[in-house]
Amino acid sequence: MLKYVLQRIVLMFFTLLIILSMCFILVRLLPPVKLPQGDPHTAAIELQRELLGYNKPLLVQLGIFYKNIFLKWEWGVSDKLYLGQKVWPIFIEKLPATAIVNLYSILLSIPIGIIFGIVAALKKNSWLDYTISTSTMVVISVPSFVYAFLIQFFFSYKLDIFPFQMKEGTDFFTWDMFVSMLPAVLSLSFGVIAGFTRTTRAELSEVLTSEFMLLARTKGLTRAQATVRHALKNCMVVIVPAIFGEFIGIMSGSLIIEQIFAVPGVGGLYLNSINGRDYPMFMLLTSFYTTIGLAAGIIVDISYGFIDPRIRMGSRK
Amino acid sequence: MNNTTNNKLNNIPKNLFVFANDGERIHDEKLKTKARGFLKDAFYRFKKNKSSVIAAFIIIFLVLFAIFSPVISPYTLQDKNITEVFFYEAPPFIESIAEKNLGIFDGGAKRDSINDFTYNKYMAIYKETGLNPVISIDKTITTKVIYRGQEREEHYYSLTNNAYYEKGAEFRTMTVEEFYKIQQYSIENNIQVILPYVHKNDIKKIDDADIWYKVTDNKGTPQLKDVNGDGVKDVNDYVPAYSTAKDKSGVDNSVPLKRVAGDDGSYIYSYAKGSAVHVRVNYYNYYTYLYGHEPMYIFGTTEGGYCLFEAIGQGARFSLIFAVIVASINMFLGIIYGSIEGYFGGTTDMVMERISDILSGVPTMVVVTLFQLHLAQKVGPVPSFLFAYIMTGWIGMASLTRKQFYRFKGQEYVLASRTLGARDTRIMFKHIFPNSLGTIITSCALVIPGVIGSETTLTYLGIIDLSKVTGTSLGVLMQQGQNSMSTAPHSMIFPALYFALLMIAFNLFGNGLRDAFNPSTRGEEG
Repeated sequence: MLKYVLQRIVLMFFTLLIILSMCFILVRLLPPVKLPQGDPHTAAIELQRELLGYNKPLLVQLGIFYKNIFLKWEWGVSDKLYLGQKVWPIFIEKLPATAIVNLYSILLSIPIGIIFGIVAALKKNSWLDYTISTSTMVVISVPSFVYAFLIQFFFSYKLDIFPFQMKEGTDFFTWDMFVSMLPAVLSLSFGVIAGFTRTTRAELSEVLTSEFMLLARTKGLTRAQATVRHALKNCMVVIVPAIFGEFIGIMSGSLIIEQIFAVPGVGGLYLNSINGRDYPMFMLLTSFYTTIGLAAGIIVDISYGFIDPRIRMGSRK
Repeated sequence: MNNTTNNKLNNIPKNLFVFANDGERIHDEKLKTKARGFLKDAFYRFKKNKSSVIAAFIIIFLVLFAIFSPVISPYTLQDKNITEVFFYEAPPFIESIAEKNLGIFDGGAKRDSINDFTYNKYMAIYKETGLNPVISIDKTITTKVIYRGQEREEHYYSLTNNAYYEKGAEFRTMTVEEFYKIQQYSIENNIQVILPYVHKNDIKKIDDADIWYKVTDNKGTPQLKDVNGDGVKDVNDYVPAYSTAKDKSGVDNSVPLKRVAGDDGSYIYSYAKGSAVHVRVNYYNYYTYLYGHEPMYIFGTTEGGYCLFEAIGQGARFSLIFAVIVASINMFLGIIYGSIEGYFGGTTDMVMERISDILSGVPTMVVVTLFQLHLAQKVGPVPSFLFAYIMTGWIGMASLTRKQFYRFKGQEYVLASRTLGARDTRIMFKHIFPNSLGTIITSCALVIPGVIGSETTLTYLGIIDLSKVTGTSLGVLMQQGQNSMSTAPHSMIFPALYFALLMIAFNLFGNGLRDAFNPSTRGEEG
């Protein structure tokens, strides 16, 4: 098991290196952003660029890039959006907003999703099941920003319950802030709820028809006991890894939801770095998103092995 | 008794026995039922799935909408002939429905905090043009104020206005030929396009074409005929301030002019301004003159004043075509890559899997951005967008094909074919591939909504700008709609509705198709 985990992590690391090198070279092939003349930062950035090897061959630049990261955790200096500032602290500053909005959304949607899934599976082929399944299908099909529109239109504009956009500032745990986050949280939740409902329903309805459930009933357990102790436990094998995956994903957030509700998070920073051609920032965020994506995949895979002893990860035939 | 019967049966004479089917050939009886092929079976199962059938019809409807809405719409996104944009963010309006007062398609837009001056102006527009801008008064707030030592009432209204009628009159400068052309048109069709001219000096220098009455101050308080009584401030009491032939110069008044009711022939309809004329036009009728029909925007207009009905169709056309192209190219590449992986296995599989692993690790957003930065200048935004999708899009299809190949390559018929000396390509594409085709093709139906969704997301975010190529796109429309959500909710609702419907229908349809082609997944929710 440990060997498998290590193997996966090493493999992920190499994948990450290859992807980042490709992106790095593609980014450096682009002409560097022109710096504003006469700005006091310009000279500093030019010096920085010289140190980063802008005039040297690409592979040398790549070497310098990795050397800076591995030895000094130095991601470079923003040359457009935050002229002359280091990109890493800016990124860290933006991270909490994204993480908190997503955290709330997960805390809200996972229980709801699982409960809906359980209800649908227990009442399979009843009108309740059909309603839940159909709405799940519909909700999953439509991207989250359509809900964002609806929520903004009905709750913020028509009913005036929520503010249109998220409050500024960093007081993430005050009530006002919480209320202003809610539209974003809700829009993110729809998809997650539907996803968990679907997984839970499919998994649970399969487990409920297993023979060990019949055995559990025969040995005298009530239906509720049998469901909670045997069926749910078994269907958690699939659900728990999915929850882990979601938690890793919270940091990456949703570009579009952050844009709509003006969440001062990583997504907005990423968009700005693209539109403003801030390549150091873009490089950092690319690395971040790639890492998150790869890590989520690995954690989901590995957690299967830890949760269900029957699954032997990486075993041969 | 029993004994005698037995005896009888035992003693049947031999010559009474005959062969049952003597002289005939004996066949198996032909099956009475009809044989059902694979496709037919799939179709049968698909038909049983009601929601997918409905989804299929919705897709057909939406596709037809995309094809025909730009054709039937009298407007085009970039009309070269007409330089003027008339109605920005105007709500949906169909005159025949609006007349029924149902509250829909009436061009109704909310107007808050309207003061008395503006309300008077609306009433004056009604009086002059015959088109009532105010559909309903939703709320009236009355306040008492002391003005020059006198107490008087002021009102603030919340109105639902017809955004098309409330434009009222506008000043236009046009050539004399144009002016005569409009007059001729007006007389022929009995439409009052050009209204009697009102000079700025007569209305306290207020620069507002809607004011045709005498005013008492430069805020626009109307002067009433009955100045003494504090009686009804009715629009009928307003004193017209139309310029007459005596005091103002205009073009020749002797040519036939379309005159308003109550004109004794003294009103002038134009005011000389250099070699051109300055006129007051009835905006609604001027529009009718220019376009040849009255304004009718089924879905209203966009932020840029375009017909939303047409814009949605235009945007959806691109999305649909793009998605189909991407899906088919990805399918082609994925099938080839996946079949090689799956068929040869071993080291080939390992190496190719690593390659696709690495590619799939790059976030789509990053790929699209990099392609956009590198290629968009050279090959244009659409091809670079296409490349970006193809770059990572085929991976899903490849892994699906690979799985199918793993499933079938150990089967006996493959072994038999190989024993008979078939080449690898023959086994791959003649024997294994047709078996996995159903699964592969149906998954294509789920690729299409995925591509449409992410394309719309990217255009919404403004990472890609396709408006130069396609005119517009669903993402752009939604982005504009979101900006003007509070002033013109329709401009967000219609594109979002179309988009949501498209996504739901494609997903339901794709799922139905997948279930129909895969008997093993039948009954699973998904």
